[in-house]
Amino acid sequence: MSRLFDTAVSSGIPALPAHARRAAPLALDALPENDLVRHHVNLSRKNLCVDSSFYPLGSCTMKYSPKAGEAVASEPGFLQAHPWQPDSEVQGVLQALGELQQDLAAVTGMEAVCLYPAAGAHGELCALKTARQYFRLRGDTDRTEVLVPENAHGTNPASAAMSGLTVVVVKMDATGRVDLADLRQKVSNRTAVLMLTNPNTLGLFETCIEDVARAVHDAGGLLYYDGANLNAILGRVRPGDMGFDMVHVNLHKTFSIPHGGGGPGAGPIGVKSHLAPYLPGPFLKREEGAWGWAEADRRSIGRYHGAFGNFLNLLKAWVYLRLLGDEGIRRVSLGAVLNANYLQEKLRPMFPIPYGHGRCMHEFVASAIALKDKFGVSAMDVAKRILDEGLYAPTVYFPLLVREALMIEPTETERRETLDRFVELMQTILREAETNPQRLHDAPIRTPVRRVDDVRAARHPILK
Amino acid sequence: MGAPADLKFTKEHEWLRLTGSVGVVGITQFAADQLGDVVYVDLPAPGKEAKQSDVLASIESVKAVSDIYAPVSGKVTRVNADLAATPELVNSDPYGRGWMMEIEVKSPSDASSLLSPQEYEKHINSGK
Repeated sequence: MSRLFDTAVSSGIPALPAHARRAAPLALDALPENDLVRHHVNLSRKNLCVDSSFYPLGSCTMKYSPKAGEAVASEPGFLQAHPWQPDSEVQGVLQALGELQQDLAAVTGMEAVCLYPAAGAHGELCALKTARQYFRLRGDTDRTEVLVPENAHGTNPASAAMSGLTVVVVKMDATGRVDLADLRQKVSNRTAVLMLTNPNTLGLFETCIEDVARAVHDAGGLLYYDGANLNAILGRVRPGDMGFDMVHVNLHKTFSIPHGGGGPGAGPIGVKSHLAPYLPGPFLKREEGAWGWAEADRRSIGRYHGAFGNFLNLLKAWVYLRLLGDEGIRRVSLGAVLNANYLQEKLRPMFPIPYGHGRCMHEFVASAIALKDKFGVSAMDVAKRILDEGLYAPTVYFPLLVREALMIEPTETERRETLDRFVELMQTILREAETNPQRLHDAPIRTPVRRVDDVRAARHPILK
Repeated sequence: MGAPADLKFTKEHEWLRLTGSVGVVGITQFAADQLGDVVYVDLPAPGKEAKQSDVLASIESVKAVSDIYAPVSGKVTRVNADLAATPELVNSDPYGRGWMMEIEVKSPSDASSLLSPQEYEKHINSGK
């Protein structure tokens, strides 16, 4: 036996030639490749994402991101295109951008689209600056107020403040919609823009939208559509037809590109033609079949993004729309609204739904107030317990006007069995609230990180 | 815990303890409970003048940032410096050590528009 090992064995496979070999090892800590791979794979497993579980985070439209978009965005022709390449070498890139502009204009009822904003809030800023420029160049400089309903997303008043405008809050009526009487009192010749999400943050369609639009337009103001909830109405009704002059769309919500971890977001804006000259440039043009760029003139508010926006993400949205087509786009909103109503009806016997007297749109807001009053179990406890089952939680404590709010948006990309499992989990949590509330206060116990002390973090932040 | 009998209240959940022309202002137990753990209170500099219902301060909790309105017109004479290091006093003792500002009240008759403890209790029970 031992003799077998004594023999020098040669396989004849040549070693790397000397010129391709390092003379000395790199001055790095040595770690085998597999350890590095395991480190990253294990880190990724600690993450909850739409690829691993149901993600009913309200107002965020965490729909599944089809992998077809990734495949197209990985094509070398797109992946390695450089922003400053001659237009003639990137005609396919420019065509995709041009067609996406047309598609977004078509689904929102707008006449010009700017793809540059890198997120919804960036889109809001860009649009408000565009509106200001429109008024400034008309000599209408007293319009300094932005009206926002009290249940608006926090970004709306923040964007107004960032644009140097003053926020005026419009009240809601008892049904959870814009209070028309209050709006009519607050619009004036100082009104620049009304910012509105429709359906609103309670998941309710603003049924008086035409009256709202008339009130703002009669006072000389503009209407801005916050596209956070566009998923509910896609292919059914268009912001442009409701009277809106400007919109932003969140490509990482309605148009399925990944949120966060998949790269930067994108929040293109669309406007009616009277606002188009003021948009950030440069503008895409097509002359004699060739795509190219045209610099904006002095009316434009200038550039708002390096190069031409987050191109690979824009591309994924283009793939999404072209995969769906007209009929598929209509089925998106149909499925989103159907799934939300299914869950609303299933949860109705378990939780109060303060503004849920009728049908909801793509989401609804339940309240854990009964659990809180009876068993001391908060919306936060419920959310943390959901994490223990490997699911993501609904949005909690928003909108603020619903106490112990649980804002639930299932999206159209979940099947009924998934929704039923979520309902069963909520039943389990209700039983636990009664029999073992401590289990809910302790949750999560199975996640890589347990409950974070957000109070201490906010009171004593370590900033360095 | 009910609303203390010696205080006046606003619908926005501020309280006012008026002694002659000196008013002390804070937020109610209900407001503190709704906000959850308070992490920061942004108080005005003494000398700041405000009309009734003007925004005078803001309060940040883990859930939200909210404005605090002047319950009556007047000038701020003193603020509770303890809240800078221990904002949790607003949660633990809203009517006592969690006080926020002392105001030199311009016209004490402003206070007649405020709610009595009973009226305030009714207001919060109505769900608004």
